[in-house]
Amino acid sequence: MNEVDFLLWVKGPAFTFAAVVFIAGVALRLFEILSLGRKQNFAVPKGNPMQGGLREIWRRSLPVDKPTFQRSLFTIVGGYVFHIGLFVVILLLGAHIALIRSVIGFGWPNLPTPLVDAFAVITMLALLAVLAHRLRHPVKRFLSTPTDYVVWGATFLPLLTGYMAYHHLLLSPQLMLALHILSVEFLLVIFPFTKLMHTFTLFLSRWYNGASMGMRGVKS
Amino acid sequence: MRTKQPDSLFPQTVGEHLRAQGISRRGFLKFCGLLASSMALAPAMVPKIAAALEQAKRPSVIWLSFQECTGCTESLTRSHSPSIEGLIFDAISLDYHHTLQAAAGYGAEEAREAAIKDNYGNYVLVVDGSIPLDNPGFSTIAGVSNLDMLKEAAAGAAAIIAVGTCAAFGGLPKADPNPTGAVSVADIIKDKPIINVSGCPPIPVVITGVIAHFLTFGLPELDSLGRPKAFYGQNIHDRCYRRPFYERGLFAETFDDEGAKAGWCLYKLGCKGPITYNACATTKWNGGVSFPIQSGHGCLGCSEPDFWDFGGFYRALSIPSGVSGKTVVYAAATGIAAGVAVGAMNKKGKTDAVGLHKTVTVEELNQESQS
Repeated sequence: MNEVDFLLWVKGPAFTFAAVVFIAGVALRLFEILSLGRKQNFAVPKGNPMQGGLREIWRRSLPVDKPTFQRSLFTIVGGYVFHIGLFVVILLLGAHIALIRSVIGFGWPNLPTPLVDAFAVITMLALLAVLAHRLRHPVKRFLSTPTDYVVWGATFLPLLTGYMAYHHLLLSPQLMLALHILSVEFLLVIFPFTKLMHTFTLFLSRWYNGASMGMRGVKS
Repeated sequence: MRTKQPDSLFPQTVGEHLRAQGISRRGFLKFCGLLASSMALAPAMVPKIAAALEQAKRPSVIWLSFQECTGCTESLTRSHSPSIEGLIFDAISLDYHHTLQAAAGYGAEEAREAAIKDNYGNYVLVVDGSIPLDNPGFSTIAGVSNLDMLKEAAAGAAAIIAVGTCAAFGGLPKADPNPTGAVSVADIIKDKPIINVSGCPPIPVVITGVIAHFLTFGLPELDSLGRPKAFYGQNIHDRCYRRPFYERGLFAETFDDEGAKAGWCLYKLGCKGPITYNACATTKWNGGVSFPIQSGHGCLGCSEPDFWDFGGFYRALSIPSGVSGKTVVYAAATGIAAGVAVGAMNKKGKTDAVGLHKTVTVEELNQESQS
């Protein structure tokens, strides 16, 4: 198998497999969670759970709670930087939008490539910083499981290989592009079954917490 | 086409031949300069190339055409007005070539056999076209299968030049589903130096450049795919004059939109430049006039293996070849079905657990707490 055959395999059967696992896995997990349902509450609640849920989504999306922000400054800033970076790199690069358009049928305008490139570098630096912090912080380190490090690697590798493929570094562009796509495929496959799933459950869980807090009264 | 010529009537070196053709010293040095620059050699090498080429013996060349379209020969002989590159090609002793030889039938085959016999161990074998392995009858010449003819001719060759992507990597005949079981020259011949001059077709000056390099300095330095680094060391995308548009994220979306008219990057229209190595963006075609991207069409990646199966000429490089909207729908449906099944199982577990609960009365509880 030469480099081109490898790239064709990665772009063809391997990507199809990864995409199917990702889509089916996400659908499975979401349905599993949603089908658990909530017990019907026969008591008339005070307060509005919906309002509480929405408020919580909003509140936790911005660092509005000062003491929390000051306590975990590094985690919050680092987290925001790499999440915004990932958003830009994944969703606003021309090549990625072309891929998305081919799968879902529509796309959106892209950013200039060097700008996305800069975001990729910042994102990688932020990811390295949060990893270093995780390793040095005794509590974070204690709480970390091997899966946490696997997930970190699965997020970091596509950025690194994508950056190297774009700049034609180290390996031939075919091989680097193939490795980039392969690393994304790994990410897609583990996505539904690890904490990466928070991408989809984030607002659900925030809403749920908020709704519980927004309800005044007892449950039947 | 000749089988044998009296020595006195025919020039023995490339230099003598070129002079006999009326090529001036100035024209010859100009060509050597072009060769040096296209092979990325220092200008100081020009006199060395000139001296070596001048003295180089006219090699016997046997050109075998298998499963091919003759486009490679067309590229070499027709794409430019008679030039010194063409004359270098003339300067070799081309002893066998279907398209170009005047002889036919037995005479032609005798010329091939005589050339092999007379120059055994010294001739250059040029091959264009792939070789079918599924059935030897798929492609034959004078009743001889391509495989047998290649093996016979390769045995006495000093080196093999696989011209065109078909000979170098299998090319169009090897495209999925490869009905003839086509393979490249390098898939069959393992004991001879093989230079892959890929492209569909290759740039003429690259073909003659490789021949000139072989005459002057022997085998050129090759890349991992067996191609001369001098010509295939540059990435089309890295050398593309439209690269600034790629950098700025300005892409033509269709072949007739404003972006296309303004000469923006053709990535989204399927340009394979980023993974293609060839000299098109620098050497260009038709005597340096233009190359595909310059005329508004993306690079097909024709000098790379399996470029026919690259997921469509007009689909962007980043687009996966297998996933479609249908796949997404089916995958989501499968996931939802599995989710419903898992949800039902969870619910059943919950119901079963509730069913197992024993009802205890207050009296029973009191009894337990007293005991």
